[in-house]
Amino acid sequence: MKKILSLLVAFGMVASMTACAAQSSSVAESTAPESEASSASSEEAATSEAAAATAGTVLTHDEYMAADVDSEVTIETYVQAKQSWWEDKATVYGQSPDGAYFMYDMACSEEDYDKLTPGTCIRVTGYKSEWSGEIEIMDGTFEIVEDAEPFVAEPLDVTDLLGTDELIDHQNELVSFKGLTVEPSTLEGSDEEYAFLYNWDGSGTDGDDLYFNASYNGQTYTFTIESYLCDNTTDVYAAVKNLQVGQTIDMEGFLYWYEGVNPHITSVTVAG
Amino acid sequence: MNHRILRPLAVACAGLLCAGMLAGCHGSREQAAFTVPESFDESQNYEITFWAKNDTNKTQTDIYKKAIEDFQTLYPNITVTLRLYTDYGDIYNDVITNISTGTTPNVCITYPDHIATYLTGDNVVVPLDELAADPAYGLGGSELKFDGPTQDEIVPQFWQECHLGDTCYALPFMRSTEACYVNKTFVEDLGYTLPDVLTWDFVWEVSEAAAKKNADGTYALNGQNVMVPFLYKSTDNMMIQMLKQKGAGYSTQSGEIELFNDVTTDLLKGIAGYTADGAFSTFKISGYPANFLNAGQCVFAVDSTAGSTWMGSNAPLMDIAQDEVVDFETAVRMVPQFDPDHPQMISQGPSVCIFNKDDPQEVLASWLFAQYLLTNDVQIAYSETEGYVPVTTKAQNDPAYQDYLSRAGEDDDTHYAVKLAAVQLLLDNLDNTFVTPVFNGSASLRDAAGSLIESVTKSVRRNQTVDDAYIQSLYSDTVALYHLDQTSAMGGKQDLGPLPPTALALLGALVLAWVGILVCVVVRRVRDRRAGQKEAKR
Repeated sequence: MKKILSLLVAFGMVASMTACAAQSSSVAESTAPESEASSASSEEAATSEAAAATAGTVLTHDEYMAADVDSEVTIETYVQAKQSWWEDKATVYGQSPDGAYFMYDMACSEEDYDKLTPGTCIRVTGYKSEWSGEIEIMDGTFEIVEDAEPFVAEPLDVTDLLGTDELIDHQNELVSFKGLTVEPSTLEGSDEEYAFLYNWDGSGTDGDDLYFNASYNGQTYTFTIESYLCDNTTDVYAAVKNLQVGQTIDMEGFLYWYEGVNPHITSVTVAG
Repeated sequence: MNHRILRPLAVACAGLLCAGMLAGCHGSREQAAFTVPESFDESQNYEITFWAKNDTNKTQTDIYKKAIEDFQTLYPNITVTLRLYTDYGDIYNDVITNISTGTTPNVCITYPDHIATYLTGDNVVVPLDELAADPAYGLGGSELKFDGPTQDEIVPQFWQECHLGDTCYALPFMRSTEACYVNKTFVEDLGYTLPDVLTWDFVWEVSEAAAKKNADGTYALNGQNVMVPFLYKSTDNMMIQMLKQKGAGYSTQSGEIELFNDVTTDLLKGIAGYTADGAFSTFKISGYPANFLNAGQCVFAVDSTAGSTWMGSNAPLMDIAQDEVVDFETAVRMVPQFDPDHPQMISQGPSVCIFNKDDPQEVLASWLFAQYLLTNDVQIAYSETEGYVPVTTKAQNDPAYQDYLSRAGEDDDTHYAVKLAAVQLLLDNLDNTFVTPVFNGSASLRDAAGSLIESVTKSVRRNQTVDDAYIQSLYSDTVALYHLDQTSAMGGKQDLGPLPPTALALLGALVLAWVGILVCVVVRRVRDRRAGQKEAKR
């Protein structure tokens, strides 16, 4: 009897382990589509890279700008700043000595995202797109060019180009603005003046984008602290929250476009 | 090995096995189900968080703040902290993250699709049926310190939309639908007369006409380099409404996916053709419909009625420079229809759910605040910020709201004609609205529906071939990408089907083992007793 009982208990344990194994297997099965999706992305990436390699046409910035919207392009550029990563998609500012690029929702694992430090050279294949005036590479894939020397752009002073048609020639570049005066922002229906607003109309709270106005040569322009690029823990976010109307400031940032110039500021210094 | 030790070990092993099994079945930490307290304890202070969404609209933010202020005046022992979002997706992602850490908000603006996912946790979202029916603190309850609506005063469709299965998990907060904002001037310039109800055929025909170019590459209709005749903001809604109007499958009520069908294929092929002709694009590909419409670069712009304040030459909200705005007559129509005699349009808009907490009093405080959002002051004020409709008949019939409706066009702000036309569109068509089934995975299915249109449109623009093989491949990629083979009905616990044979064998063996052990113990005792009796006889 004892033997029978021992056998039954042993059988129970074996069956239990089998059940556990079956569960592991079902977990693996249930996650399979994700793996498939990942491998599908990898395959797409590989295919795109192969296509680019076959074509062997890494475009210069001029060639890129001349390419048709919606055409497939391959470029090499150097990471300047990372704006966001979510669900294996990264949005990145890149710049090369001959011009700048904005990569929107580029396929990128979290592990690879960590490798995208400023100066890293990447070869990107994707589709040239235009979204509300912003020229960008959409649905891109990339590979790191391992043997390339890092390149970190120096900001180009475009203060004198504000309000001119030439400014757009530097779209997405790291630029600087010097000697601008902080101008007041107001809320609709109120005359109260603010040095900055949370969101464009003051509808946000701490952590949202900051909008502020600054003038040069009598013209006022709007600048943005894009909260994904520079969140409320950054120096620039704090600096803008401390601005006072009338202060003179120097700024650096990326020359983003949204229905007109919409600089994403990364540094603000009060000059006076 | 000493048998005296082996037997207890065998029993202990069996016991451990059972305990392990129970623990395994029990799974992760469960929150106790909420039960309504008998009364609200006003001697204690409660701090509750409210995660809300605004349409990047300062007035909406101010209304939330005022509602909180007024509520706190009525209930000084409740402090409400507002956290603002401008995107439903961000709220959803943050809630998911906070469920795992037990730091969900108390009250949260949400969509039923999202609640279905939240319900995969145990007792995470508070069922509202019992609360709503409570005579003291329920809807219209006797102990409320404000004049809230009774359940009968909530628009029945909107109330029903907040149910998952038979259980209510949210209160409707605002409702909207989609509208087609039309540059009527352009339509007439092209020689057409704008009908009261747009058909898809009409929209496509006019859009193709609008896509014609001059010899110099500019568009004949506007003389500009840019023209997107038909621009759709939310392609998930586009696909869902097209399928509904066609009577085609999307999903069953219980969560079976029907999206990938022949009608969908035909619709996608049609969209591909119109895209190739330059007649169609989407928000994700080109930009906000309002910007194109106002710049005279679009004929038909489809967006939410809650986006109506951005539409038209005189729109109070504008993202493009004033010198880019062109002057034209804006008409508001329901979304295009396949059967104009039986129009169908989506019902959308925010609802409010309550997350469960250890302290039932804290949950009751949350419920009181959620309910306060349905008072006339909040409902009317918030609905006037955009093309929203109040969710209660109590607010809709309020003289102040009726006065608001009657003053369409008096100004380009509160009474902006386009906004009020959008509101009236929904009020006139409440019986023609529908919602899609809600289940764990329905949010993904919605995303997938939109992605089909986005993918096809992108591919055509990129000169890729869109044929049957492409579409079948797109379907399988979409199923994998959105995990559509893992959806389940009604959220909550999944029906895992019958037990597998190994589990049955395990359970059978354990039962047999325990029966054997008991038999063994009984036999042993009987033997011992008989032996004892024999000893006694000697």
